[in-house]
Amino acid sequence: MMQVQKPRLILENGLRTDGRRPDEMRPIKIELGVLKNADGSAIFEMGNTKVLAAVYGPKEMHPRHLALPDRASLRVRYHMTPFSTDERKNPAPSRREIELSKVIREALESTVLTELFPRTVIDVFMEVLQADAGTRLVSLMAASMALADAGIPLRDLIAGVAVGKADGIIVLDLNEPEDMWGEADMPVAMLPSLGQVALLQLNGDMTPEEFRKGLELAQKGINIIYNLQKDALRKKYAEYKEE
Amino acid sequence: MSVTPSNQNIVPFVKKENILAALDRGVRIDGRKLNEYRKLSITLGYAKKAEGSALVKLGDTTVLAGVKLEEEEPFPDTPNQGNLVVNVELLPLAYETFEPGPPDENAIELARVVDRSLRDSKAVDLSKLVIIPGKKIWTAWVDVYVLNYDGNILDACTLASVAALYNTKLPKIEVEGENVRIIREEKTDIIPINYPVVTVTAAKIGNHIIVDPNIDEESIADVKLSISYTRDGRIVGMQKNFSGSLALQDVDMMENISRSAAQYLFEELKKYLNL
Amino acid sequence: MVENSGSKIFYQDRSIVTPGDLIAEGEFQVPWSPYFYKIGNKYYSAITGLLSVKEGNIFEVIPLEGQRYYPRIGDTVIGLIEDIEIYGWVVDIKSFYSAYLPASSLLGRAIAPGEDLRRFLNIGDYILAKVEAYDRTINPVLTVKGKGLGRISSGVIVEISPAKVPRVIGKNKSMLEVLTSETGCDIQVAQNGRILVKCANSLSEETAISAINIIQSESHIKGLTERIRAYLREKLGGSKNDASAEAKTNT
Repeated sequence: MMQVQKPRLILENGLRTDGRRPDEMRPIKIELGVLKNADGSAIFEMGNTKVLAAVYGPKEMHPRHLALPDRASLRVRYHMTPFSTDERKNPAPSRREIELSKVIREALESTVLTELFPRTVIDVFMEVLQADAGTRLVSLMAASMALADAGIPLRDLIAGVAVGKADGIIVLDLNEPEDMWGEADMPVAMLPSLGQVALLQLNGDMTPEEFRKGLELAQKGINIIYNLQKDALRKKYAEYKEE
Repeated sequence: MSVTPSNQNIVPFVKKENILAALDRGVRIDGRKLNEYRKLSITLGYAKKAEGSALVKLGDTTVLAGVKLEEEEPFPDTPNQGNLVVNVELLPLAYETFEPGPPDENAIELARVVDRSLRDSKAVDLSKLVIIPGKKIWTAWVDVYVLNYDGNILDACTLASVAALYNTKLPKIEVEGENVRIIREEKTDIIPINYPVVTVTAAKIGNHIIVDPNIDEESIADVKLSISYTRDGRIVGMQKNFSGSLALQDVDMMENISRSAAQYLFEELKKYLNL
Repeated sequence: MVENSGSKIFYQDRSIVTPGDLIAEGEFQVPWSPYFYKIGNKYYSAITGLLSVKEGNIFEVIPLEGQRYYPRIGDTVIGLIEDIEIYGWVVDIKSFYSAYLPASSLLGRAIAPGEDLRRFLNIGDYILAKVEAYDRTINPVLTVKGKGLGRISSGVIVEISPAKVPRVIGKNKSMLEVLTSETGCDIQVAQNGRILVKCANSLSEETAISAINIIQSESHIKGLTERIRAYLREKLGGSKNDASAEAKTNT
């Protein structure tokens, strides 16, 4: 079932295998408040990658001795459902899920105003319902929207996108073949209003110039996503007038 | 080892009184009759990478089941049968006090009860899951993920598993003597399930018997009895839950009530599945 | 936009702001709030909220979302007893922290050794209380000394988002007046997003509860108070005293 030979990622006409231009992102869809019990929830989709995130808290942390005296702790779990991938994924946490839970927690910690809630914990749970490249960033964005949906104070929303190198071309928002066969995969997430990088990883091989070009391209994508995120939050209140 | 659970959902005293007072009047606090189900909706094919899937909402209880087919060798004692594995996870997303971790006794019990209903009823036809007799078979993995808990997960899990299996089409197989080629991208019209099964859960609160308890009703109920049925009224599974006990006439009454309620569920399933 | 010697507010009154939006820059005399934060002289929104800009340079971010209550001293809250300790009760007030009600507040005296507090309040009881003390280092402390405070023995508690409480009360209590006069029910709105509804009959009760739920979901739409009044009239008839009006049950 696995291809032995690397397929062509950029076609004759300069387009990618899914018809996109190198600087084009997949369609994005955001839904808020999708779960009743959670304090905040969101479904974030980019192309066929779809993630559900839920937030509970801030609430008192037990056992007390694990709580931080001056701010909230975050408990963050990134998890893939067994039916989210082509081959069934064993539901037990994999090493990858453990690493991504940590990376996502650290990104969220850069934006949640944890000092407002000493001795509490904020639970953030993400379930990947469909995996088609970019799951860690879609999960991070779903979590960020769920936190906003819960009304938990944030420095900024988090928007992110993976840039990479496919057949030597720097591309925006990798698809699955590019993720698997490309020469580099660099997920980037930012607090766009503050110009701060919250998540940055590289898997692959790039020159310093390619890295900078990738970062610049990522910022373009991030700004587009950021506006969609704001629209999603505002949409509910399109006309708000008090009497 | 199983330990008495700590109190996860405190039902306020006045709410408990309101529930009991309403039951004495013959209704529930959400307006339902005692034997009435909450609003049911099913979305087939919700998880696009699954071979079959179904998102079920029973009131606010929300459950997503996905089926994945994997090629494997058959068990030595059943060379002409495929496999069915049911797994249920009570996600921490679903309720504030659900903790992340491997399935606990509740999730495992749910999975095993759903599995038995599908297996003992012979609704899932394991012989359809054979690729090369004696050599290669399909294992149908049914993973049921509870996304929001508002009572009566079991009935929702059975509905989701059945709907997801109905939504699963076996991939095309080309057989040439000893060799078999599986073309996953092309589907046949063969589904691994022959007929539907439903589970009806009834709870006893005081002297009243209700069907499809919501989270508060479940928290104050003394005992629950879940019964699985096929469309022709055969009983294909039973499980009593909670620490209360049932008089024999209660059991008789609950079975009668559940059997009628099962017919309602089958009618609802007809709206979504090609039965 | 309001400008005043280098100070600038970038949004109009009644704009929706989201986390990260730069609301204002400059020197402002605004009370501290968890809903915005400051970097240098720049003010950013921390939540999805309604920006209120008043004359001069006063701005405020009013939250539109949020399921948990920020305790404030003096607020009236409806709490649910969740645990019993030697000298008092642990109370769920839908906040980030559990609250504590000292037994002496309910009993009006110190408790006697070996006295069973369950005689007075048990797990699952609701109480109407006031927040007496709260700061960053302690959990909120409640008191039930006061008129009408104490154990709630009957009625229905409706849960809403604490952010919507002002809407259920309305400007000058306008919305609350409509609710109580049209339904004839006794309705008490606590700041922590719990509402006690006591009615004479189940029709008024169901109708009052659905009206509250409508306010929750349509809180941002204009003309809500009048729509609620019309809805209640349709369901219950014009005057709650009119016995024949109860026979009118429209769909």
